[in-house]
Amino acid sequence: MWDYTDKVVDHFLHPRNVGEVENPDGIGEEGSLACGDALKLTFKLDENNRIKDAKFQTFGCASAIASSSALTEIIKGMTLEEAQKVTNEDIARYLGGLPKEKMHCSVMGRDALEKAISYYRGEAEKEIEGEIVCECFGVTDVEIERAVRESNLTTVEDVTDYTKAGGGCESCHDKIQEIIDEVHGKPHVVRLKPAGLTNIQKIKLIEQTLEREIKPSLKQDGGDIELIDVDGNTVIVKLQGTCATCVASQVTLKHYVEAKLRELVTPELVVKEVQS
Amino acid sequence: MKVIYADNNATTQVAPEVLEEMLPYFHDLYGNPSSMHSFGGQVAQKLKEAREKAGNLIGAAPDEILFTSCGTESDSTAIQAAIVSHPDKKHIITTRVEHPAVKNLCEYLEKNGYRVTFLPVDRQGRLNPEDLYKSLSKDTAIVSIMWANNETGVIFPIEEIAQIVTQSGVVFHTDAVQAVGKIPIDVQKIPVDMLSLSGHKIHAPKGVAALYVRKGTKFMPFLIGGHQERGRRGGTENVASIIGLGKACELAGEHIKEENKRVRYLRDKLENEMLKRVPNAMVNGDREHRLPNTTSISFEYVEGEAILLMMNEFGICASSGSACTSGSLEPSHVLRAMGVPFTAAHGSIRFSLSVYHTEEEIDFIIEELPPIIERLRELSPYWDHSKMAAASQ
Repeated sequence: MWDYTDKVVDHFLHPRNVGEVENPDGIGEEGSLACGDALKLTFKLDENNRIKDAKFQTFGCASAIASSSALTEIIKGMTLEEAQKVTNEDIARYLGGLPKEKMHCSVMGRDALEKAISYYRGEAEKEIEGEIVCECFGVTDVEIERAVRESNLTTVEDVTDYTKAGGGCESCHDKIQEIIDEVHGKPHVVRLKPAGLTNIQKIKLIEQTLEREIKPSLKQDGGDIELIDVDGNTVIVKLQGTCATCVASQVTLKHYVEAKLRELVTPELVVKEVQS
Repeated sequence: MKVIYADNNATTQVAPEVLEEMLPYFHDLYGNPSSMHSFGGQVAQKLKEAREKAGNLIGAAPDEILFTSCGTESDSTAIQAAIVSHPDKKHIITTRVEHPAVKNLCEYLEKNGYRVTFLPVDRQGRLNPEDLYKSLSKDTAIVSIMWANNETGVIFPIEEIAQIVTQSGVVFHTDAVQAVGKIPIDVQKIPVDMLSLSGHKIHAPKGVAALYVRKGTKFMPFLIGGHQERGRRGGTENVASIIGLGKACELAGEHIKEENKRVRYLRDKLENEMLKRVPNAMVNGDREHRLPNTTSISFEYVEGEAILLMMNEFGICASSGSACTSGSLEPSHVLRAMGVPFTAAHGSIRFSLSVYHTEEEIDFIIEELPPIIERLRELSPYWDHSKMAAASQ
């Protein structure tokens, strides 16, 4: 049994604004029968371009119905600019919170609202942005990234609760984790076998490793490093900042920079400092 | 508010006779049946009687009954006993519609070196025995197939299956947790090697179950410990509950006629009235070969959790195969294996009745449910379209 707030139960048992607005200015549809929930939102503007009336039709569970009902109550009286700023968290907050596993219901509300506003503005139906990551529920990397960013999600489970992505066959969990890591700025260095590295791949990987792994830690000590050239397996760098004058710089170069590059790129690498 | 409990495949009320039988063993007769003194010894005598009663219900000898803690333990014990006793065999056959107790264990074993055949079912939830026979091989350690499905009530042809499987020398286990007490079962006529049954599905308390193990079946204990259950399951016996299970088995035997007559009548009435009163409703599963107490009805274009919560306002308890009720995002694996379309799977409701129902209760559901479906369909963006589709046909 879900732990719904009294407000969710109230909006479920007594949904506000059910139906379709006549001659709507905005129409937004989100979800599908296959997914288990779907929402059709319609609204009408008054002469001052405020939302005069908003109605919904929803197929789905109690929290989907309550989220839709809440959405219509929230946006009534708003200008489109104000409505555009409504987030899924606003919908959940209005209801006194939703169970974590049901957050996707509030995301569906927000998405339908965005579609309805785009419809009013005559913007063409947006092409699906990005690439599908979750085949089961048709969720793209762009949608996942947005949810991770906006709701500060940190685990695959969170992403599933908010977007449904990963809730089916689970084969996309690694990909979702990568997106989470990327958004939160965690280094995600792809390890490739030496044999699989072309020259360009090797140089790119060296650059990536320097940027994500090595520079941040040198900078903590006020130092820095610049990649000058890659000649075969010789990586030529220039130490900067405090590193340039540090007596221990050769130790740093061999024991840290070279070791790290060997670990993450290929074990044959030799790091040399540029001769000035 | 009066509760109308139509969710008996989930669990059942403890029968008053069962509770009465159990109570002395909590405070007055609390002895350990393994003790040498007669204070404990008298308890051992009661356990013996319970074992006989449990055996009687399915035609088994008392020493073929092993008491466990739950249906899941019985299933796990059976399957692991078979594979441990046949270490050279690396193949398991089961179905796609098993209870998670079997399904998830088999999936786990699949990740750990076993080849598992998950037999498909047809649109009515029926198994094709031919598929099973074709999958049997010298490498098969065990075939585990449920007697009746918990979600749809569909009964598998266990007699036919058991004969073929055991004739080919392979161990056959059946999860009969939903079937026991609802249909007659006699292991003297049907050659199953192992059979799981659970107390709380037949008006005994939760936390007690049994596994039937045919004499001569190779066995390894799952819980290794003391000499209890003749060394087949360590751990001090759950005395009061086992005594309760014995009594519940006795009652189930007495009630089986009523189950198949009056309960069946109530179920059929509920089902037929729903189909008559609610458009775009359908029954999931083979109506010919089904438990007498179970019906799975799909109401198209509405979602199961919403139906359950609205019924809850009237005190009506049932369950659903919809995604939202499980916390997962996909509808039940049983309905998906049957190929029930999404429009219907999300709106499926299971009613499972018991001998404690009155006809008034069923009539109450019949009166209250159709307006709930109508109300939810009015909220649904899909409903108008389908009404139009129906009208144009």
